[in-house]
Order: sequence, then C-alpha cells, then structure tokens
Amino acid sequence: MKDLFRRTPKRFTAARIESQAIPDNMWVKCPSCGDLIYTRQFSDNLKVCKCGYHMRLTAREWLGLLDDGSFVEFDAALAPVDALGFVSPRHVYAQKLSESQEQTGLNDALVTGSGAIEGMPLCLAVTEFEFIGGSMGSAFGERLARAIERAVDMRVPLVTINASGGARQEEGTLALLQMAKVNMALTRLAAVGQPHIAILVDPCYGGVLASYTSVADVIIAEPGARIGFAGRRVIEQTIRQKLPAHFQTAEFLLSHGMIDMVTPRSELRSVLAILLRLFRDTPGRVIDRQHAPALARAQG
Amino acid sequence: MKPSTLSPWDKVQLARHPRRPHTLDYVRALCEDFIELHGDRRYGDDAAIVAGLARFANRTVVIVGHQKGNDARENVRRNFGMARPEGYRKALRVFRLAEKFGFPLICFIDTPGADPSMESEERGQGNAIAENILALAGLRVPIVACIIGEGGSGGALALGVADRLLMLEHAIYSVAAPEAAASILWRDASKAPEAASAMKITAQDQYDLGIVDEIIPEPDGGAHTDAATTAAATGKALHTAIDELAVLPIDELLQRRYTRYRAIGRFQEHQPRLLDLRSPPLPFKES
Repeated sequence: MKDLFRRTPKRFTAARIESQAIPDNMWVKCPSCGDLIYTRQFSDNLKVCKCGYHMRLTAREWLGLLDDGSFVEFDAALAPVDALGFVSPRHVYAQKLSESQEQTGLNDALVTGSGAIEGMPLCLAVTEFEFIGGSMGSAFGERLARAIERAVDMRVPLVTINASGGARQEEGTLALLQMAKVNMALTRLAAVGQPHIAILVDPCYGGVLASYTSVADVIIAEPGARIGFAGRRVIEQTIRQKLPAHFQTAEFLLSHGMIDMVTPRSELRSVLAILLRLFRDTPGRVIDRQHAPALARAQG
Repeated sequence: MKPSTLSPWDKVQLARHPRRPHTLDYVRALCEDFIELHGDRRYGDDAAIVAGLARFANRTVVIVGHQKGNDARENVRRNFGMARPEGYRKALRVFRLAEKFGFPLICFIDTPGADPSMESEERGQGNAIAENILALAGLRVPIVACIIGEGGSGGALALGVADRLLMLEHAIYSVAAPEAAASILWRDASKAPEAASAMKITAQDQYDLGIVDEIIPEPDGGAHTDAATTAAATGKALHTAIDELAVLPIDELLQRRYTRYRAIGRFQEHQPRLLDLRSPPLPFKES
C-alpha cells in the first residue's frame, strides 16, 4: 500500500506537467488525505495539500527557493564510481548508478551551486531523493565538501536541503567516511563565521542526520517530515513493538529539543531571507585569519 | 602479513567472538593508573562507552572506547557495546578534557553500531554522533584510534576520526553492521554474509582503500587465543603512533588531519550532467 502511494508523485513531475494534456496527469491524489487535487493548482501551492501534507520535491523544484536565474551549478561532472566493485546476487551497484543517472538526469544524489535569496548570496546543496534515496557516497561527500569550501572562500552562508536515507551502503566505509569529510569542511565554515542553515525534509535519516545536518547553526524541518538516526523498521525489529505514529516526525523532534522550528513550505523562503539578513551582521565574519585550522575551535 | 584464508563472514565471527579482548582488557594490559571517568554531565552514564585518564608509555593520555561485556549479564549492562547519546556525550566531554590539558587521545572502537532504540532517538542519537565527529575534526591534541573488534557505522565513527587509524588483523569496519546493511539493501537481514563480502569490511580491504594506516597482527586463531601478545602488539603500534604525532606542531597536525579526511573518497569527473533548468521550478516567490 505504501509503495503504491509512493509511486504516485513520480507520474506528476513538473516537467511532465509542461508536456500537458495527458488526462492522467490532470489530477494528483494526496497520499495523506486521499483528496484529488488539480495538478496545476497543486504546483502553485508548492505541492502542499490542503490537509497540510508536504509532498517530496525534486532537487530542481527546490531551486524555486532562490532568486530567479541566480543559480549557478558547481561540479556537474563530478560523478560516483563503483570503487568496491559492489556485486551481490540481488543487485549490481554500477548498473543501479547508470539507471539512476538515466532516470534523474543527474550524476549523483546531491546538487550544489551558488545562488541568492532576496539578493543575498549563498551556497546551496540540495539532495535528489529519486537518486538512490538521496544517499551519501563519495561523490555526494565531495560535492558537499567543495560547496562548503566555496562558501568559505566566498564568505557566504551555506543552505542545505536534505531528504536522504543516509550513507550509501554500496560504497561501504568510503561512504561512511564522507560524514567525517563534510564535518571537517564545516569547521572551516565556522572559522570564517558563516552560518549553515539546514532544512530537513521527509525523510532525513542515518549518516546525513548524524553528520552535517544535525550540527547546523539553524535547523528547520518541514511539517510532518520523518527524521531520525535509526530507521523505524530497525527500531521496531529491535524492540519488537509498533512505534507511535508521531515518533520521529518534525514535530516530535521539535518537542524534544532537537530542531529549531517546523516551517511550512510556503513560509520557507521568507524565513530564510530573515535569517540570512540577521546573520549578515555577525561579528564572527571578521575573525578569519586565512581560515586557519586553529580557528576551527571557534566551533567548540 | 600472511594472506588470509578467512572469508569476510569468518572475520565477522572472529571480530564478535565472545572471548575477544575488549577495551578494558587493553587498558589493563597497557596502562598504569587508569582512572575511569563517568557520566555526560547532562543525562546519565552509559556503560557501553568507557572513558578515563591513564598513564601510557610515560605520558598521561585520555582513553575512550566502546565496551562490550564478557558474558551475557555484562553484555546486557553494556548494551553489547551499542552506545546511547549519553555515551557519545560522555566521550565528547572527555575529548574536551584531553584538549584542555593537552593529553593525547586514544580511542578503542568495538561496536556493532549506535543503539537503535526509541529512547536514543528521543535524546538525539544523530546529533550526538555528529557533534563527536565535528569535535574530533578540530580537536587540538593528537588522536589515535584503533579498531579492536567491530567498527560499525556512525556509532564507530563517533570515536573514529583520528590522525592515525589502526586496525587489528581480524577486526572489521563497515558503513553498517552486515545485518543492517542487508536489511537496508534487500530488506533481509539473513543475507548478512553477502553484504559482509560485498562491502569490503576486512582490515586488509580497509588498508587497501587507504582508510586504515596500519594493521596490527593477531596470533593464529585470533586475538582471544593470546590476549597478552595481541595487547603487546597493539601497545607497540599505539606508542609509535603517539610518539610520531606528538612532535608535530598542533596547527600542522590539524592541517594534516583535514587533508587526510578531505582526500577520502573515489569519484570521477568526466561527463557533466547539469540540472535541467528549462522548465520553471516551483513558485516559492509568490507565497
């Protein structure tokens, strides 16, 4: 049942809407309340249903957060390789990669670039969940680390938008160690006094939560987003009982003190604009002396 | 080192052997005057992680490690070495202690992974691990970590960002415990042996990938057949590593640590696939 619902949004990507007139694409069924919504109206409403359900967006759709035409993509050629020669009786990683590349038109699960919100420059990293569950492997980690280092060089804030299942299992410890790589880069962002604002969208799990997102200076989540370290299935198997429905939702994390705010999609751009304006004043911006590692302790 | 005839799954069994030496066994064998420190000063004391001050090779050092039990009862108390957020936060507090007094930090890694429970999630398991990785990234003392048994997932990395990473010959290091990886990949934990083989988790593989700097030999039959010899070999490797790191100026050490982790990963840069921006993104500006 869940899978049936999950497949629904794929048929209604924005690109298809443009190609119009297939009656099938005229309506979207909300996976939460079951209402039928006129597709054009749904897109105008940022793919949020009247019931409050926030449908997952593609990386490209998220770029609407930025000022028109401001986005310049980084490292579009940077692509994953099958470093371990990962072959199992069930799947071949190299094949999964080329299928995902074909399907999404992207090289990997993270898109990075520079852009602006209300004229304020920033570096942006957005995951593409359709690419192997937005999982973090070497290419993802490298793209993010370079984006952070560019934010350091440009002295601009970093905004990340994150929907991910966590580390990419098929890259083994090379994927695991990307958690260390990106946090390493974040020490330099801290040293130049630029903020990292993380937006957690459904779902945000595992190594992506346990590295750069949960140490962001400001953590924003979308309503209803599921966020956690261990997946629900793993926890249910461990404790041998069903978890309550609200467990690991954005609202649950807010009430446990783990995130700063739950912000509806319609308010996200204006909240980001206010935050960027506030951080622009930070006296921390003058502490940089060649962003020496010595200053990384500013973080602690 | 002699080529291994053991399969990755055999190594998993050896790494988890109930009689395999654990962190406190190494501490007892290698250190004088160990004083264990308890508690995260925020919530509780997690027995799955031990931490303390000790005398090792004529220096005061700080030691942090996952701790498994030697029998069923102790394993329950130690949660099989699966740390909760308060365990990682105890580790973090003691990392800061090492930094404050300039003591080198030695971490022993031996965990199937971080504790996957409701309580740990409620208390911010992801954040606890992330904070430790960040703290170790910038910690202003030499750090040597040694994987003595299982190095499972972020739960291992939370004690595993180091200037030098050592690994016992039959220890394993993986992005997730083989059962968890099989469950994530194929929704079938019983396929763990296949995951163990596909993920290249052995010390020899990790050395070839450039993630581990040195493999510490174990006696024939594994560390548990001769704990004293294993401890002596481990002590020697730790001693050498700390001596080499301690002479470096701290800013140089941190620069090297940055470069070391920055370089990990395999990727290519041939064919650009730019995000297609022809069709308009969603209208965030109107709302």
